[in-house]
Amino acid sequence: MAERAPHPDTPELREQYGNFAWTEANAAEAKAIVKRYPEGRQRSAVMPLLDLAQRQVGAETNTQGWLPIPVMEFVARELDMPVIRVLEVATFYTMYNLAPVGRFHVQVCGTTPCMLRGSDDILDACYKRGMKQGHTTPDGLWTLTEVECMGNCSSAPMVQINDDNYEDLTPERLDHVLDELAAGRQPKTGTQDPARHTVEPVGGPTTLKQMVTENHDYRGEW
Amino acid sequence: MPKVTVDGQEIEVPNGATVLQACELAGKEIPRFCYHERLSIAGNCRMCLVEVKPGPPKPQASCALPAAEGQEIRTDSEMVKKAREGVMEFLLINHPLDCPICDQGGECDLQDQAIAYGRGASRYHENKRAVTEKYMGPLIKTIMTRCIHCTRCVRFSEEIAGVDEIGALYRGEHMQITTYLEHAAKHELSANVIDLCPVGALTSRPYAFEARPWELKKTLGIDVSDAMGSNIRIDSRGREVLRVLPRINDDVNEEWISDKARYQVDGLVRQRLDKVFVRKAGKLERASWDEAFGAIARAKAGSSVAAVAGDMLDCETMFAAKKLLGALGSTLVESRQTGMDYPTGNLAAVNFNSTFAGIEEADAILIVGSMVRWEAPLLHVRLRKAVKRGARVFIVGPHWETTFPAEWLGDDVAVLGKLPKNVGEAMGKASKPAVIVGGGGIAAGALEAALGLVGEWNLVRDGWNGFNVLHFSAARMGALMLGFAQKSGIVDLVNAKPKVLLALGADEVDFRRFPDALKVYVGHHGDKGAHAADIILPGAAYTEKAGTYVSTEGRVQFADKAVFAPGDAREDWTILRALADALGVSVGFDSFDELRAAMIAEVPALGVEGLVNFGALPKPGKGAKPKGTIGYPIKDFYLTNPIARASLTMQRCSAELLHGDDSFAEAAE
Repeated sequence: MAERAPHPDTPELREQYGNFAWTEANAAEAKAIVKRYPEGRQRSAVMPLLDLAQRQVGAETNTQGWLPIPVMEFVARELDMPVIRVLEVATFYTMYNLAPVGRFHVQVCGTTPCMLRGSDDILDACYKRGMKQGHTTPDGLWTLTEVECMGNCSSAPMVQINDDNYEDLTPERLDHVLDELAAGRQPKTGTQDPARHTVEPVGGPTTLKQMVTENHDYRGEW
Repeated sequence: MPKVTVDGQEIEVPNGATVLQACELAGKEIPRFCYHERLSIAGNCRMCLVEVKPGPPKPQASCALPAAEGQEIRTDSEMVKKAREGVMEFLLINHPLDCPICDQGGECDLQDQAIAYGRGASRYHENKRAVTEKYMGPLIKTIMTRCIHCTRCVRFSEEIAGVDEIGALYRGEHMQITTYLEHAAKHELSANVIDLCPVGALTSRPYAFEARPWELKKTLGIDVSDAMGSNIRIDSRGREVLRVLPRINDDVNEEWISDKARYQVDGLVRQRLDKVFVRKAGKLERASWDEAFGAIARAKAGSSVAAVAGDMLDCETMFAAKKLLGALGSTLVESRQTGMDYPTGNLAAVNFNSTFAGIEEADAILIVGSMVRWEAPLLHVRLRKAVKRGARVFIVGPHWETTFPAEWLGDDVAVLGKLPKNVGEAMGKASKPAVIVGGGGIAAGALEAALGLVGEWNLVRDGWNGFNVLHFSAARMGALMLGFAQKSGIVDLVNAKPKVLLALGADEVDFRRFPDALKVYVGHHGDKGAHAADIILPGAAYTEKAGTYVSTEGRVQFADKAVFAPGDAREDWTILRALADALGVSVGFDSFDELRAAMIAEVPALGVEGLVNFGALPKPGKGAKPKGTIGYPIKDFYLTNPIARASLTMQRCSAELLHGDDSFAEAAE
């Protein structure tokens, strides 16, 4: 995982985001989120609101979005809580971006199952396209991060790009996904193996075969 | 009351006690880092592991486990020993081995516990973690690589100080403690996190690399920077006071002290009056004691002598001055330098009757003209506790940052005559209502009106006295007990046109009102009083003399002498005693013990440590109609007395924390 640190709080940043406010749609959304929590517990909404703020920044900058310090302060004001508590949450969870990212945030899983299934090749494919870990490409399209387990081990290796997972990757399949995204089209999400529907066993079941068509009681056979 | 067995010893523990507390009651030492009696339980250091049956067959964190009936607790088993060694080994993985250059060395929890509970050596050969320093202001020095993430500082700033500014960023191994964007910690108790820090991550910046704890002489003292009477320990080496630490006293300061009490001591070696000065042809020139005394005697004042006592004086000095004036035939003594003239016939009316510990239980509080956070930061801690328990707070006076919800009733004390309905209702219904009148309120004439509320809201009831006056001068209650007050305040002294005016550490007096008097300043700092004086007799500061102090809640406390006064400076009472000889009168004491005995004979309450009983509150005068806008007397928390004004640390705090001058911070980087 790349080193994370909040983006420096510069006067330019203040100028850009100092007047951050919800868009009309997001204001209604934020209101609905806060309402989910009991009276006096509105601080519980800090995580969904940070996410909403990150998405709004993303929509404004045509990127995945990130959380500038003034935006975190805005969320703190919204929820009447100390900014340091907001910052604690934002720095704890890696899905909050603390620095600007590109249009697509490519998060390559490098934990053991993915690594055994070839995540190194996936990373190499990314490097070939000019991506660098923790950096955004000059065209502002890609930000590459290596992350820990995303829970898709049975369809390893995988990458997460913005809100979607792309699984069962090979360098070619990844190239296809990235090409589609770069072209502004939405590739199929989930597994990229044409033989697979979801994470069912590749090539048909090897155990519990009789359960495929009907419910079978194995107990007498133990 | 559950009964538990600790290492085979059966004991009964209070309801709600934790296993850790049960072990302590049984006399067992449980090592800990994150657990602290006055903070919430975090349970994240894991050092307090013990074996508890019934329960899972693994060690349990005793700080977060409630003691329950029939528990069998073991603190001496093999499992516990191994668990402690394991936790300690993990804690030391990322802790640098820089004890020889660490200021915490010698008083470090981690050091002590590593020796007592750790393994002999480390098995860790990988790289250690390093963390960048964080700027936390002019008082707190950080070496964050040493941090073991106990989060005591985070909990302190959130729970006790009420200013959420310290937090833990990132997660896991990357976790870092920092203030928000590395801004300085901006509240009056910030330096207490230095005491709380169990390792050397947060240490004292002004005291950095000054001394080792075992070199220091520890003297028990009383703080004079405000009227709380905080119990302090004065650490000195040779003739210099190096630092001040709080002592635990649950009735007074719990275990905190304000930043001013802690850090004004570097002012004790600056701007000091260590020579006798006499004004000759408009200029203060060095002189001998004999010359100075001769000059006073030549004034031939007879009984036309007056004395004004300063805010930081001990009772003995004031008593000696009163005796001296009495021997000369004068009773012109006053301690309220700035001209207050409230009646002092019944001291219950100007005392903090609820007591500091008691105010925590109040459930409705009306504050009249007191910026509690600056006038008594430790009382503010108590008020926060009361609010946490559900107390409602109403405040008359200009707005200040309370850190708890409060209702503001306006700046004009006239509002006391026609309080909003909800205030009357809340106060009337409360089981322990309290009124706190501050210096600003008294100056605006609210005392009489507040006394009127005593009957209206039944403030005095069985086991409860809710009428409080909050002073901010350490000497005030002692002075009033000694009769250092005139009917019309300092105006009486002005009108008497004394030939000689003794200013005993009095720096807030408007000396222009005494144009014809020979002004003799007896004190320790070259501040406002010394500038106006004709003769300066160098005295001792609060660390340099033993003395009796009475806090604003009427608590008599004794302080010891930590160091000797510098140069020619003498303890104040000896100066007054010598002056008596020079003026040819007898004051009736030749030693400090005799002085104290005489003082106790005259005011017996000053001889008994603890709360003074001032009796019942007086009946309020009829038709008190206060009118006037409240102004708070303290303009700058860090510079309220001559010692603090001389202190570089306090000057820096004032500039940086109150006036936003960040040139100091940049210079430090």
